[in-house]
Amino acid sequence: MSSTPEPELDELYKDLILDHYRRPRNRRPVAEPKVVGEGFNPLCGDEIAVEVHFNGEVMADVGFEGRGCSLSQASASMMTEAVKGRTVAEARSLIDAFARMMTDPDFQPSDGLGDLEAFTGVAKYPVRVKCATLAWHALLDLLGRRGEAQEEG
Amino acid sequence: MFDVESIRKDFPILQRTVHGKPLVYLDNAATSQKPLAVIDALVEYYERYNANIHRGLHTLAEEATARYEEVREKVRRFINAPDKVSIIFTRNATESINLVAYAWGRTHIRAGDEIVLTVMEHHSNIVPWQVLAKETGAVLRFVDIDDEGRLRDDWRELIGEKTRLVALTQMSNALGTINPVREIANAAHRHGALVLVDGAQSVAHMPVDVQDLDCDFLAFSGHKMLGPTGVGVLYVRRSVLDDMTPFLTGGHMISKVTLEETTWNELPWRFEAGTPNIADVIAFGAAIDYLEGIGMDAVRRHDEALTTYALDVLSQIPNLKLYGPRDPSDRGCAISFNYGELHPHDLGTVLDSYGIAIRAGHHCAQPLMNRLGVPATARASLYVYNRREEIDVLAEGIQEAARFFGDVIDARTRA
Repeated sequence: MSSTPEPELDELYKDLILDHYRRPRNRRPVAEPKVVGEGFNPLCGDEIAVEVHFNGEVMADVGFEGRGCSLSQASASMMTEAVKGRTVAEARSLIDAFARMMTDPDFQPSDGLGDLEAFTGVAKYPVRVKCATLAWHALLDLLGRRGEAQEEG
Repeated sequence: MFDVESIRKDFPILQRTVHGKPLVYLDNAATSQKPLAVIDALVEYYERYNANIHRGLHTLAEEATARYEEVREKVRRFINAPDKVSIIFTRNATESINLVAYAWGRTHIRAGDEIVLTVMEHHSNIVPWQVLAKETGAVLRFVDIDDEGRLRDDWRELIGEKTRLVALTQMSNALGTINPVREIANAAHRHGALVLVDGAQSVAHMPVDVQDLDCDFLAFSGHKMLGPTGVGVLYVRRSVLDDMTPFLTGGHMISKVTLEETTWNELPWRFEAGTPNIADVIAFGAAIDYLEGIGMDAVRRHDEALTTYALDVLSQIPNLKLYGPRDPSDRGCAISFNYGELHPHDLGTVLDSYGIAIRAGHHCAQPLMNRLGVPATARASLYVYNRREEIDVLAEGIQEAARFFGDVIDARTRA
């Protein structure tokens, strides 16, 4: 067995992903009032909670908590950086673009994903797609709850 | 004479490579690989005598019926059941347990009755009882485990006058633990309770004798013991069978049908509604022949020797935590572990890149994972065709993964 990492592994675990896994950004609660969304991966029991402090339609602060593998943790960390300061509509289009990148083999990265393009390699590992999208499902859950709260309010 | 190298030649899949490396298949607790004899039996059925059973008057139907029923007799002999009407074919062990929950549970479990389970059960031996308890008002009680993953003695207190059923695994799919089924069955019977044994792992890996265990139900799956997917077995003690109502209804399980009512077929066909999985049952017979050719005592000795070696090699890896009993003499060969802060999914992906197939996750035993205080573990599980060299490759692979994620894990451990 060679001591150099397999080239395919480097495609999956890009340096940027490992860096966010090593030092997760925004892994903390945000100030009240806040909305919380949850994601659960039934394959491994990993859980992520995403929190957003809204200023009108703008996601003024974003944080996350939870446990998981390198892909789920790095994805959560990079997601918080990507959506912080964005509007709900912008966040939704980013969620769509990220999901397309995970599932569409013909995906061309032209949707302003920026650093998130580090996750392109995941599409080749179908069982790991759930890891990479866990935080994004939590964010979708959060936006849904906010919508319900607004209707009730 | 047990010869791993000659056994390996019987399994075509072991010739393939994964990511350019020889396949190291260590996910046998999920499903085993199939010897050529099993694959040939499937092909032969479809090429030579494919027909529906128990009804046709023609030669093909008679041949298919005879071969299908021969397997019932093989299964009876394999688990030493007194009567072959006690052998019911299902799709898998999960369906076998559900059959008991429906066909026996719904007529025998009442509000306030207790069903005793263990925290190490597979979801398939928890969820059917949760559903039944919710419907009937019965109460579930769980036997706990100690730090090595062995059942605590508290089953002696938990099994009592209110107990109607004790349902437990004989060999844990996640920890390898072998449970003292016979002793527990004695206690259950003293209180008038019945005993269901989940044999999904044990029947594949050790001699299992239902008369010796003195169990009332035994559920297991063909695909974990070299057979094809889609065949499960439920053994039911003869005296209990008559107390059971049909589970699935329709064709094949009837005696006489009018527009108003139906009388049931003889046992065991009463519990095999519709056209069964004829081809796979027949090929399952070839798997039993293969295992009997090796001898289940020899299978167990091989598993035990390889588990001893694996526990020894793995315990020498720094930062690797092993779960389950340390003494190989009374445990199976499903070995759960975690490496430091490295997530089992990441470990599984790295090992796969070296051609090593393990399972990473909760092993359909989330309550057990909660009890152990981990979301998931990595699991290597062995079988007749595995050899020591593959354990060495696994150990090297784990250390490669540790190197690949090294500073990342260190940074997270410090944080």
